[in-house]
Amino acid sequence: MTPMLRLSEVRKVFGGLVALNDLSFEVAPGSIVAMIGPNGAGKSTVFNLITGVYQPTHGSIDLEGRSLRGLDTAAIASLGIARTFQNVRLFAFMSARDNVMTGRHARMRANLVDSLLHTPAQRAEEKSVRERARELLRFVGLEREADSYARNLPYGSQRRLEIARGLAGDPKLLLLDEPAAGMNPKEKESLIDLIGRIRARGVTIFLIEHDMQLVMNVSERVTVLDHGEKIAEGAPEVVRRDERVIEAYLGRADGAA
Amino acid sequence: MPARRRAAVTIIAIGVALLAFPFVDRNNAQIDFMANAGAFILLALGLNIVVGFAGLLDLGYAAFFAIGSYSYAMLASQQFGIHIPFWVMLFVASGIAAIFGILLGAPTLRLRGDYLAIVTLGFGEIVPQTFLNLEKYTNGPNGISSLDQPSLFGKAFGFSATPYYYVTLVLIALGIVVASNLQNSRLGRAWMAIREDELAARHMGINTTAAKLSAFALGASFSGLAGVVYAAKLNLVSPDEFQFNVSVLVLSMLVLGGMGNIAGVIIGSFVLSFINSFLLPQSTSLAHAAGLVNLDFTNYRFMLYGVILVLMMLFRPEGLIPSRQRKAEFHEALSDPTLAAQEQAEYSGAAAAP
Repeated sequence: MTPMLRLSEVRKVFGGLVALNDLSFEVAPGSIVAMIGPNGAGKSTVFNLITGVYQPTHGSIDLEGRSLRGLDTAAIASLGIARTFQNVRLFAFMSARDNVMTGRHARMRANLVDSLLHTPAQRAEEKSVRERARELLRFVGLEREADSYARNLPYGSQRRLEIARGLAGDPKLLLLDEPAAGMNPKEKESLIDLIGRIRARGVTIFLIEHDMQLVMNVSERVTVLDHGEKIAEGAPEVVRRDERVIEAYLGRADGAA
Repeated sequence: MPARRRAAVTIIAIGVALLAFPFVDRNNAQIDFMANAGAFILLALGLNIVVGFAGLLDLGYAAFFAIGSYSYAMLASQQFGIHIPFWVMLFVASGIAAIFGILLGAPTLRLRGDYLAIVTLGFGEIVPQTFLNLEKYTNGPNGISSLDQPSLFGKAFGFSATPYYYVTLVLIALGIVVASNLQNSRLGRAWMAIREDELAARHMGINTTAAKLSAFALGASFSGLAGVVYAAKLNLVSPDEFQFNVSVLVLSMLVLGGMGNIAGVIIGSFVLSFINSFLLPQSTSLAHAAGLVNLDFTNYRFMLYGVILVLMMLFRPEGLIPSRQRKAEFHEALSDPTLAAQEQAEYSGAAAAP
């Protein structure tokens, strides 16, 4: 089976700093895969490489066997990769509904003339996207906040809205960058539930997370990164007992982070 | 829906009053003032697309006004013996302005905020200078005069301002429809997304290059229209009408009225036009009549703009009639620490985020 996402020997160098060193791994379609690692291990760099914010110095990234090399962020998003951000990046002064509708941008057809004249096709499309936004807001539990500005929502809701915005374009693959960051235990629990429901929609999920409870609960496979290198990979309960992983997280006497 | 009905009644009442204006007030100078104010409303509606919707600070917007005016002057006068009719020129000039919007917008695509402002400021200087120095084609500082008079059904506009007044009225009505259509559309959301967070916008699959260029093009096309009407009415174009102060004036109209809000922008531009072309000259002639011969209030124009802008920034930074988001921005942003912290984190983490 073609993996949903495959990274092969991906290397990223910033100036003299090797942020990622020949990283290879796969995400199977329909699975929930987590990537963990201490701060500065290179996790967000992986996301930025997948979404075309950075180009890899070496190596290749494939989505369902199709190389993403040379594609820009917008093109990659249009292929069906959606993401959330470590620091929530919503469109702060747009309503929750407009945020989700904007997430549908790449799947919409209205061109300049349609937008200018509000042609019947444009109206019909707007209506259906609006309806879809409503459905997604309900899906993440924000149906009552449709008209609120994104910035006026509580933090946990902002994270949910970002997920709804990501889902609006019917992605194949959803990248979640520390989705549980800053959440209280109750919010975390409903996030775990939400992630399960997203997968049930047929979306493959690849997430970066610090929160071990969440990682152990939701993910089927875990990749562990430290100093830009993969140090372990496998089922959560296996990875958890891995000596190198424990070392990377707790450090040793010589002070390796 | 009483709210919607009230809005409709208000709009109809304003429309009827504006249509009746030349019949009630037969003073040609005042109708002329209204037509000029109309041209500036068109400019402000156009700049609002660029600055208010897409968040691209353009300090050289007068360049497109100049291009629109000169298009008419060169293609509808004795200058080259080309006489394209006024009505056709409205389309041609807005098309030409849109093309220049793309040409001047393209080099600025990677720039934001202050840097974008400086480059557009440069374009705003280059364009009138070019018209000034291409003497062979533009008569340099003398400008181009004796432009073709528009006519409708064989009847020439003549020297009355009234027909121009009605033309601007129709163009403004169209401009309002176009601007509000754009605001509530896929493209409008893309612009606002770029304004809010360009990187996140790209992650939505928004082609930011195309979206920004269409904002520049559509914004410029409005000033092409304004330029044609303005030039035809004045029957003359010269480079000194399109200096930096025009760009600043139009931007001040947006700030005064409320950036991003169509009604606000219109009221802001009307108020500034009123001060600029009516209140100050009128009070000057009053002062002269009262024997204060050395007093000329029009010389205090920029001081007055400055005072207005400072007062607005102090007391009502969102503008007279703000869009909802501007209001929220100015009255809640400062009290909300999470957004500031978030921005901080973004800027410090943006360069290298391993």
